[in-house]
Amino acid sequence: MRARSMLVALALIVASPASAQDYAEESLADPVKEAQAVALMDSIRCVVCQGQPISGSNADLAGDMRRMIRERLAAGDSPEQVRAWLIGKYGDWVSFKPEVKGQTMPLWLVPLGALVGGGWLVSRRLRPKVPT
Amino acid sequence: MIAEAGLAALWMAAAMALLQLALGLLAVGRGRTSLGPAMVPVTIVQAALAGIAMSCLIAVFARSDLSVLIVARDSNPAMPMLYKVAGSWGNHEGSMLLWVTILAFAGATVALFESKLRADTKLATLAAQGAIALGFYAFLLFSSNPFARLPFPVQPQGLNPLLQDPGLAFHPPTLYAGYVGMSAAFSFAVGALVTRNVGPDFARAMRPWILGAWVFLTVGITAGSYWAYYTLGWGGWWFWDPVENASLMPWLAATALLHSVTVLATRDGLRAWTIMLSVLAFSMSMIGTFLVRSGILTSVHSFAVDPQRGIFILALLAIYIGGALALFAARVGTVAEGNRFDIVSREAALVVNNLILTVILVVVMAGTLYPLILEAATGAKISVGAPYFNAVAGPLALVLMLLVAAGPLLRWRSDNPRFLIDRMAPALFAGAAALVLLALLAGRTGILALLGLVAAAVVGVASVAPLWKRNLARTPLFTWGMVLAHLGCAVSVAGMACESAFTKENMVAMAANETRPVGPYAVTLLGVRQRPGPNYQALEAVVSVTRGTQGTPFQMVPQLHQFTTEGMTTNQAAIRTFWDGQLYITLGENSDGNRFLLRMWWKPFVTLIWLGGVMIALGGVLSLLGRVRRDVWANRWPWQAKPAEARA
Amino acid sequence: MNRKWLLWLPFVLVSALFAAFFVGLRNPDDHVIASRMVGKPLPEFVAAAAMPGQPGTATTDYRDGKPRLLNIFASWCVPCAAEGPVLMRMKQAGAEVNGIAVHDTALELAKFLGRNGNPYTRIGLDDGGRAQMAFGSAGVPETFVVDGRGNILYQHIGPVTDEDMPRLLAMVGVKP
Repeated sequence: MRARSMLVALALIVASPASAQDYAEESLADPVKEAQAVALMDSIRCVVCQGQPISGSNADLAGDMRRMIRERLAAGDSPEQVRAWLIGKYGDWVSFKPEVKGQTMPLWLVPLGALVGGGWLVSRRLRPKVPT
Repeated sequence: MIAEAGLAALWMAAAMALLQLALGLLAVGRGRTSLGPAMVPVTIVQAALAGIAMSCLIAVFARSDLSVLIVARDSNPAMPMLYKVAGSWGNHEGSMLLWVTILAFAGATVALFESKLRADTKLATLAAQGAIALGFYAFLLFSSNPFARLPFPVQPQGLNPLLQDPGLAFHPPTLYAGYVGMSAAFSFAVGALVTRNVGPDFARAMRPWILGAWVFLTVGITAGSYWAYYTLGWGGWWFWDPVENASLMPWLAATALLHSVTVLATRDGLRAWTIMLSVLAFSMSMIGTFLVRSGILTSVHSFAVDPQRGIFILALLAIYIGGALALFAARVGTVAEGNRFDIVSREAALVVNNLILTVILVVVMAGTLYPLILEAATGAKISVGAPYFNAVAGPLALVLMLLVAAGPLLRWRSDNPRFLIDRMAPALFAGAAALVLLALLAGRTGILALLGLVAAAVVGVASVAPLWKRNLARTPLFTWGMVLAHLGCAVSVAGMACESAFTKENMVAMAANETRPVGPYAVTLLGVRQRPGPNYQALEAVVSVTRGTQGTPFQMVPQLHQFTTEGMTTNQAAIRTFWDGQLYITLGENSDGNRFLLRMWWKPFVTLIWLGGVMIALGGVLSLLGRVRRDVWANRWPWQAKPAEARA
Repeated sequence: MNRKWLLWLPFVLVSALFAAFFVGLRNPDDHVIASRMVGKPLPEFVAAAAMPGQPGTATTDYRDGKPRLLNIFASWCVPCAAEGPVLMRMKQAGAEVNGIAVHDTALELAKFLGRNGNPYTRIGLDDGGRAQMAFGSAGVPETFVVDGRGNILYQHIGPVTDEDMPRLLAMVGVKP
């Protein structure tokens, strides 16, 4: 294949002494905190790229947020504290996890209404149990 | 010339659709039944003309005719032929043309092969098909002409690199075939309402279309999920993104419809509800198209957007769906109520299945649309994503899994709960065993993932129980189909739960010859090199991977593709599949100096998600074959059939 | 309930949904994420000097009674270059403009300011987007108006144009 003949030799890379970790792109050493951080990053919306969570975005600001999240969790903050901090800066929009409050009630009440209303409709279709 | 020929064919196809509608109105509405026989040729000519238009569009794309607007905008002579051809439906105008072409072929197929329906119902159905097609032709001709020429040639822009993937060639046509199949079901429902013919016959005529559409939707969603998984490069397989939700909503409605139509066909129950669901399933596929095309919602999956066209599609939607619902409200009152049923019976399980599926649909709709409604009403901006959907739809899905396990083991009409427990015993035992095993071995996992695995074990065993003590050779194909599809649900849910509970991730910056762990693997970076691609420049990392301490090393090569024309970089994940999961490695973009960013995931049993999806679709195919074969045995092919009118 | 009316329920619901779609289409999403820090005291931040010879900026610089503009920008950002001349004119009118450069380097900044002029009294280099996030800023360029007691009065999103100038100048107490 053409691609193979055009293959460029492996770049020579000199191993460098390990520099400081950049938490925008690197995991925390503690697996529990890293799992918390990833769960939080999955639910924070990238303010530059609109539709994506910051855990799946190449935007610089998304990287900054990932770094901030890992650093603050490593320093002992809880994920919900960090989420609240971000909401305080950017508003509810930044969190994919809607807060339970008056404005967001329809998110829960509408499905509940559908369940109850649907249940009522189904019950009307049942044949009264004939004693056997 | 090819473009002009395509445009001419499109206009003529539109005229045929108009004729189809007019014939139906005259024959059914005015009682001019002598016009009926003209319907079949008209639908065939419409399909042929739409096919010619689509072929012309593919031809201008294949020849890279840059004087055609959308070719210059979305294609590039340097692209490989596959993407040139697929590019013809990778854009707004072309995808709409593909939509209406499939619709026209579906109409012709109904006209040729449908013989179970009363003649007037069939005519009304085809007229409804013509009306839907007419709206789309109008949309294409007046607001989205795919054959528009440029006044002067321009520099081609090329296809969005994210879309330059074999997945693109098959994903949209598959989903559209599903949407169009739903439109056929919708037309049947309208035809049945207009001619007051809602009953088991109509249900049996509609069922193959629902099955076929549902198979396509299942394949489309499964393939789309895998496509997002490997192209986006962050290891996620479902993002609860508006575009994904737009494809999930019709699937949920179609799944409910598939089960309710069975009740109607077998037990003559759920008449009004089945009609309602066919309208709903079609509405969902149209609203899905609308949401994706209008740019009304922000999505990861980039698409050209245009609010003007949004208004046009919205008007079409309002006419079709509003009209159908008004017809429903006005006519369904005259449809006699179907049979009632016992609380412990197959019907009851199917009805509750329908209820849960509908509520899940409401959840997905609420989460997708409520932010939009809230912003329109108050200006407040909120986001609704995975945490909401998982927390609200997850428990509902678990209840649904219980029904999947129990439903097929129940008898029609009425059953004894004690016998159900007996039949469920092996499945419940499997669930208990899974629970104990997980409690002992799994360590900390989320409650939803844990219950998902238990439910998968229960459904996995219960789904094959209908085959128990049966002569397998004489078991009908559609029973096999049901068993396979339900087993697929168990497999898919098991994959989702494993992915969520057991995924191991490690994101690292590495220099050459350094080694980092991910799950049971050790990954060593050998080096990074440049390599030219056909229309991009690739940067690839070569890593050597070993499992455990003494495994055989193998190489993986994650790449970044830099597209020079489009000025964009895409991620090509290196994915290695094992029997017990996938190792997923991508190369990060922001590497500096001589340390390179690698994002690595070990995802145990993640492949089960899509394997389950494929099994569900195959189950649908088996079921469809079973139904069609039964029709053949019943001598109901058009060339053998006695005329349907004679029976009516 | 009367079955007849119940049957019209789907029609009503869908009509309401379409009305909402229509409103949504008429008011397309502006994609603007406004900061929630407007009306609040400046967040604690320190942005070290970005270039030799020009001081950096921190929260403590904004409590001396003088209102200021704080411009968040970057040398790689095209609209930032476009608003350069406007910021220069505001400086000439007597407004004090400070800058925070994000994802930038001293070398690139020097080239950028050489090309577009330097309206800034102080320029801080943001370390890892910390200041940008503390301000609730979602992109560049953005301009915050800070009063003399260190409160954020206003956030301007996107490049400052000539039309915006009088309003912003009035907010920092400068007669145009």
